[in-house]
Amino acid sequence: MSLALHGPAAAEIIACKQESASIVSLTLRLSDRALADRFEFQPGQFNMLYLYGAGEIPVSISSDPSSPDPLVHTIRDVGRISHGLVRLRPGDRIGLRGPFGRGWPVEDACRRDVIVITGGLGCAPVIPVIDYVIQRRRDYGRLIIMQGVKHSDDLIWRARYDAWAEQPDTQVLLAADVGDRQWNGTVGPVTGLFKQAQLRTGNSMAFLCGPEPMIRACVQQLLEKGLPPDRIWISMERNMQCALGQCGHCQFGARFVCRDGPVFCYADIRHLFGRKGF
Amino acid sequence: MAGAKTRVAVHKFSSCDGCQLAFLNMGEALLTLFEQVELVHFAEAGPLNPGTVVDISFVEGSLSTAADLQRIRAIRANSDFLVTLGACATAGGLQALRNIADKGDWVASVYATPETISLLENVTPISAQVKVDLEIHGCPVNSRQVTATLRSLLAGITPLDERDKLCLECKRRQHVCVMVTQGMPCMGPVTRTGCGALCPGIGRDCYACYGAAENINMSSLGRHFSTLQLNPAQISHRFVSFNSADPAFTPEPAADTARDD
Amino acid sequence: MEAPRSASRFLPRKAFDTLLSALRDGGYDCAAPVVRDGAVVYTRLQAHDLLPSGISIQQAPGHYRVEFTDSPRNFSWANGPQALKPFVFTASEPLWSVRRDPDGELRFTEADTSQDPVAIIGVRSCDLAALALQDRHFLGGDCVDPHYQARRASLFLVAVNCSHPSDTCFCVSTGDGPTASDGYDLLLDELDDGFVIQAGSSAGQNLLERLPLASPTGKQLQDITRQNLHAAECQARRLPPGNLEPALFANLDHPHWQTVAERCLSCGNCTSVCPTCFCYRELDRGSLDPDRSEHVREWDSCFTQGHSYIHGVTIRAGTDLRYRQWLTHKLGSWHSQYGRSGCVGCGRCISWCPVGIDLTEEVAMIVGGAS
Repeated sequence: MSLALHGPAAAEIIACKQESASIVSLTLRLSDRALADRFEFQPGQFNMLYLYGAGEIPVSISSDPSSPDPLVHTIRDVGRISHGLVRLRPGDRIGLRGPFGRGWPVEDACRRDVIVITGGLGCAPVIPVIDYVIQRRRDYGRLIIMQGVKHSDDLIWRARYDAWAEQPDTQVLLAADVGDRQWNGTVGPVTGLFKQAQLRTGNSMAFLCGPEPMIRACVQQLLEKGLPPDRIWISMERNMQCALGQCGHCQFGARFVCRDGPVFCYADIRHLFGRKGF
Repeated sequence: MAGAKTRVAVHKFSSCDGCQLAFLNMGEALLTLFEQVELVHFAEAGPLNPGTVVDISFVEGSLSTAADLQRIRAIRANSDFLVTLGACATAGGLQALRNIADKGDWVASVYATPETISLLENVTPISAQVKVDLEIHGCPVNSRQVTATLRSLLAGITPLDERDKLCLECKRRQHVCVMVTQGMPCMGPVTRTGCGALCPGIGRDCYACYGAAENINMSSLGRHFSTLQLNPAQISHRFVSFNSADPAFTPEPAADTARDD
Repeated sequence: MEAPRSASRFLPRKAFDTLLSALRDGGYDCAAPVVRDGAVVYTRLQAHDLLPSGISIQQAPGHYRVEFTDSPRNFSWANGPQALKPFVFTASEPLWSVRRDPDGELRFTEADTSQDPVAIIGVRSCDLAALALQDRHFLGGDCVDPHYQARRASLFLVAVNCSHPSDTCFCVSTGDGPTASDGYDLLLDELDDGFVIQAGSSAGQNLLERLPLASPTGKQLQDITRQNLHAAECQARRLPPGNLEPALFANLDHPHWQTVAERCLSCGNCTSVCPTCFCYRELDRGSLDPDRSEHVREWDSCFTQGHSYIHGVTIRAGTDLRYRQWLTHKLGSWHSQYGRSGCVGCGRCISWCPVGIDLTEEVAMIVGGAS
């Protein structure tokens, strides 16, 4: 249930962490404590963050759904509003509406292997899935985490990946198109990780988020390895103004990404996925 | 820096001064502005300090003479952020029409002693000579645009780039289309929004003083104008006026707007 | 389906003002079609203002001309550039405002949605159908739009069956006209000497009962039946029948999209005059007072670059993709979203396209089925 639908609720930035040259994580707390107490979200949902005087953008929630106060949003400096958001400091206020959208079907993945494939900041919306699985490790099969970045400097949350790699029956695979001298992951695209991935596609569910060309290439690999289309889930991004399924910008064919997504089952969108212009 | 006001300068090159009026026409809002900025140079309004270092320079006018080049380079060097103000500064303005005419004839017809004028080969927008951080389009620009720009810049936010076609604003205001109802050769479908659809609002056709919108189709509009009984020269004059140095209004050889078919 | 005629009355033309007076007595402002700047547009009537008569409209692709005849009729024309959309989904409106306190806290205030009641005179069946579609979009989901809802609730709709469709009209082929079947409070059929009037809602019935009117004669009822049949028969334009969603999405690579793009100005006039197009964008507007800002929405269009822009990528950069988005949505994915096409056959996108692109022709080129 979204708490602030039509007008934002005020939130205070309580911490800012520079994750990489262009990525910042904002930790924020809703000023209305009663609202904060009622705020809950599903892994993969997003909030609309309002930069004072400028406007709103959708940002996925990258913190743990089991502790929704404070909230963490990880933002890349790519546009007019994100540019302002990443420059905020503790004590600054923003507006927040949300949470919106349908998240990852983590419960449907119960007793299956979970394959998480992300590129760039596409890792942020899937972090809550990994947290969720790790907290319920015995309810899930093998956890395979594959993350690709353009440059090894772009990899954020290295410590988290290292910690996840220590978990039982968990494989963490990292790839960078360009790696520096310390890089001990694979050099090349994330699809290059499939050779090492201990996939068992017979009883797996895959969660993907990242640049669409990368997603397309990875989905192709998963399909070729026998994962059925209805067990591939993708988080999509489109222009969003309202997050209410009304402003029309995020339409992907007949679907409103903000309301019917952002997480979609590949089987439901494959007729348009990768089509130029949608 | 707490308490420090943003230092602003308004400079002028070849132009009519009309865009600077967008500041002066702000009225009471100027009082609010002066709480936040220190206007260190603005010849039309009083303060003279052309060589000083500022945070933001607004530059009106296009570059026509050798002296202009020296001056704009100095302004650029003294400005943290440089904003061009209006059609002359962003797209050459009317005076750039001499680029497609015989400039000797033009100068001789205007000045009594043309030999004293040291003209550049072509009139250029500011961005042809120095880096421009932001362009405000229009002939002239209006107070709403200047207010929105200042508001954003003072808050450290990139101002919105208004690139849509004028038609959208015209329809939002429920103006009746002068092309569809009266056959006027309206430039709205290729013209950048921002003016508030002033001309269609008083029953006349847009003449593109705000320059080119994004993704324009000059060929189609030009062909349509020919069905409205405009001849090829008249059609090309619709595009080549206030913004003749705007590359978006310069037809590709393959896409001749004046094609008469 | 024809509405039942049993409760109809006859309103003589010279008594039309009694209807307007009754509406005003009921607390409604009256908005009625008048000619302004060469088109029929809705204007708030002042007391004792008369409805214009003798208006005749010629419409063709990219062409709209008003002429005046000596006909006594007030509604012998098809439509103007506006539908009901501007009354319910306003072209530009504030959503909320925000104040920044000295301690930095942001105080948000949602915009007032209260509306004064307004009666709209002369609504056509295509526009009622479009209103029903916008209702489904803005009111039908989990999230009700409070601004639309307030405006919608303030309307009293006096419809008129369309007796003079334009050459651009094709509501018969979409099943949305020329006669209204529901969605109105009062419905008029216009004859030379007056109107057959009937109610379509309890509010309409209450108002009608306050007017001292006689029943129509059998001849008058025959005349309107004949008139309505003629209005339907005179429409030559049509959309290909049925749900075009599968055919449109099977033809995403059709070369005709590019052919249309060579003519299309990507100006968004079609989407602005379309009575069902619902896209809007949101932005902040502020004065130079740094401690206040206002967040507004305004009509947007899938023909703009900003519509599909997302951090550095424009998904629909070219006009071919923008036109395809519009048509595949309007005539295609509307079926999946709202159970029917998003086109009600009003023909506005044809008349008000500056270069006269006709969607009935374009869609027929793409899916076949040209008439």
